[in-house]
Amino acid sequence: MDLNLSPDERAFEAEVRAFIARELPRDIREKVRLDRHLEREDYMRWQKILGRKGWFTGTWPREHGGQAWSAMQTIIFNRIAGEMHCPELQVFGPAMVGPVIYTVGTPEQKAEHLPAIRDSSVWWCQGYSEPGAGSDLAALQTAAEDGGDHYIVNGQKIWTSFAHHADWMFCLVRTGREAKRQQGISFLLIDMKTPGVEVQPIRMMDGRHYLNAVFFDNAKVPKRNRIGEEGRGWTYAKFLLEHERVENANLRFITQELQKLRRVASEVRIDGRRLADDPSFMADVSAVEVQFKALEIGLLRTLSDMHAGAPAGPGKSSFIKIRGTEIAQRITELLVQASGPDALRYQPGPLFGHNDDALIGPAHALGPVATYLFCRAMTIYGGSTEVQKNIMAKHALGL
Amino acid sequence: MDLQYTPEQNQLRESVERFVREEYDFAHRRKLVASDSGYDERCWHSYAEFGWLAVPFSEDDGGIGGDATDTGIVMEGIGRGLLLEPYLANVVLAGGMLSALGSAGQKAQWLQPMMVGAHKLALAYAEPASRYELAHCETTARREGNGYRIDGRKSYVHGGGAADFHVVVARTSGESSDCAGLTALVVDAKAPGLEVRPYATHDGSRAADLVFEGLRVESSRRLGEEGAAYPALELAIDQAIAAIASEAVGAMSTLVDMTLDYLKTRQQFGRPIGTNQALQHRMVDMYIALDEARSMALYGALMLGEADAAVRRKALSATKIEIDRTARRVGQEAVQLHGAMGVTEELAVGHYFKRLSMIGVTFGDMSWHLQRHAQA
Repeated sequence: MDLNLSPDERAFEAEVRAFIARELPRDIREKVRLDRHLEREDYMRWQKILGRKGWFTGTWPREHGGQAWSAMQTIIFNRIAGEMHCPELQVFGPAMVGPVIYTVGTPEQKAEHLPAIRDSSVWWCQGYSEPGAGSDLAALQTAAEDGGDHYIVNGQKIWTSFAHHADWMFCLVRTGREAKRQQGISFLLIDMKTPGVEVQPIRMMDGRHYLNAVFFDNAKVPKRNRIGEEGRGWTYAKFLLEHERVENANLRFITQELQKLRRVASEVRIDGRRLADDPSFMADVSAVEVQFKALEIGLLRTLSDMHAGAPAGPGKSSFIKIRGTEIAQRITELLVQASGPDALRYQPGPLFGHNDDALIGPAHALGPVATYLFCRAMTIYGGSTEVQKNIMAKHALGL
Repeated sequence: MDLQYTPEQNQLRESVERFVREEYDFAHRRKLVASDSGYDERCWHSYAEFGWLAVPFSEDDGGIGGDATDTGIVMEGIGRGLLLEPYLANVVLAGGMLSALGSAGQKAQWLQPMMVGAHKLALAYAEPASRYELAHCETTARREGNGYRIDGRKSYVHGGGAADFHVVVARTSGESSDCAGLTALVVDAKAPGLEVRPYATHDGSRAADLVFEGLRVESSRRLGEEGAAYPALELAIDQAIAAIASEAVGAMSTLVDMTLDYLKTRQQFGRPIGTNQALQHRMVDMYIALDEARSMALYGALMLGEADAAVRRKALSATKIEIDRTARRVGQEAVQLHGAMGVTEELAVGHYFKRLSMIGVTFGDMSWHLQRHAQA
């Protein structure tokens, strides 16, 4: 056994580092480093740069224009992206709908959508949750009626991340009323410019806007935009979840925030003494750092098992999601604590990038509360912690 | 990166597990706990025959040239069955010091006979006032004639009652908390000037406190240079941390199995208690904790080979912190989910819980390691 990177992996690591150092625009890096709000254009600019290198879809197989990254390479990329202040990547295209399209899509669907995902010219959003279908996703009611060569879609999606930025949505809709609820669901690709699609913002407690409600009022969606067979959308949605394993670990975010935490602790002074020299605070930092180490090694063990041909084991991706989000949340708590009373000031001007000159107090204290508030969503979205535990109880423990 | 066991390691794993399953049931253990020695001499000889006592030592030293992950495999089995024989004391602690510091002749005299079960060893380093600080040593070894005279006290010597020889860490120079000035010496358990006070620990293992009053030992029994034993001691304790981490993983895995089985079979309100979501989620937490512990035991074992001592220290502290956190979670939850049966002497659960709890205060507790981790 050994934990060391192979020579190829080390070379890749160096390549990623050099590429980011050279290509990440300074203004974007500073926004990430200083917790400033990112605009659609910021995300897209960086993703297009990665796209030109083939790295926005690095995990895709070569036949679909990817780099066939190993899971280890994905981990390396995310870790360095976190260290070097890269923006979070919008994974809806490359990690979610992309693999579904290249696996079960028609040649026309592949030709239409895969290049635009690879070069990040199109922003995708995910239409899953509904007011009556949160953790119980199969209860979804948004209906797609047969209109000949198209469907007529009516209903409502909610908690749709960045729908206001999105060009396309991949969406679960009900096409049948079978006794088993999972059977009447289909997987549609919907152009957000379709008449009858309306996006309404949902303001969040941190003051930002990233979630939306999306309404469908007799929206006509061509049948050629259905993925796979009618009524089998649930199967494709489950397949998609399999692709989330590494992303679930929040490696980029945790790496970035831990680094920030250490930096802030060395800047903050308590009666002339560095917070980084306060044993009780640093014990809290160490406690979460070692939990992150356990998560990392757990992830590597899973990858090593898969590489050796053993199945990942039931519930592994749930486990990684549960711990990846809990650890991330804990770090955001500690960042608020590190900023102390300076964390109190709510300064939307600088935070949202409208008026940077107006900043009062230390720069590091601007973002932590907003980030802390935002990150409470982590253990709720993508299957809440409790739902993940239900999944593990059933599939990993047989309870 | 490769985190797979080799075929040889899988074989070792199977043979350890088979022994635990077939030769060491709980009734047998119960008798041993109540016996004078507190362990099974026959089993000890079996371990010698199987080669387990020679696992981490190089072939040059007469061992089988395994590494810390191999030791971890044996220790996990020991934890799984809560084995009482003094493996940690002999192979990891005293063995670690002898293999790091001993000359070829000293290894032939003390290490090799241990590997074949001919005699037993223990490491006496901690003291009444040292708590977890390895450098804190008030026991002195003063030059006298062609040897040393040892005076002082040693505490919590694992396997100290059964040992034929003690590797004693004593101060030959410096102040009581200096890293420099510590010297390791091998002394006879029956030597005049040494009083051994054996006792049982809460988990059913055995330890001893030692009192030295003018014990005389020849210079030929000094391991390594005078005053230079600290790095080897620190390494031996880091190795012991990795070893008890694996032992804890074994104990936790038994508790997870037992508790899951209990949730599926114990009926209340006309159905298995495991149908309650409140209990299912706690069981999932235990399962996750076990997996995290397994990751960190492996990590600790792999990081023992790290050349930079500061990096190694930080990694082994990370291991111990996570082991203590997860062991507390799994141990306490196993007791709770077993209900009243969980707090009885009759059920094995309580005995596993006791061992895990004692691991928490061995080789540095969580607060101590959090500080060491933060400083590294």
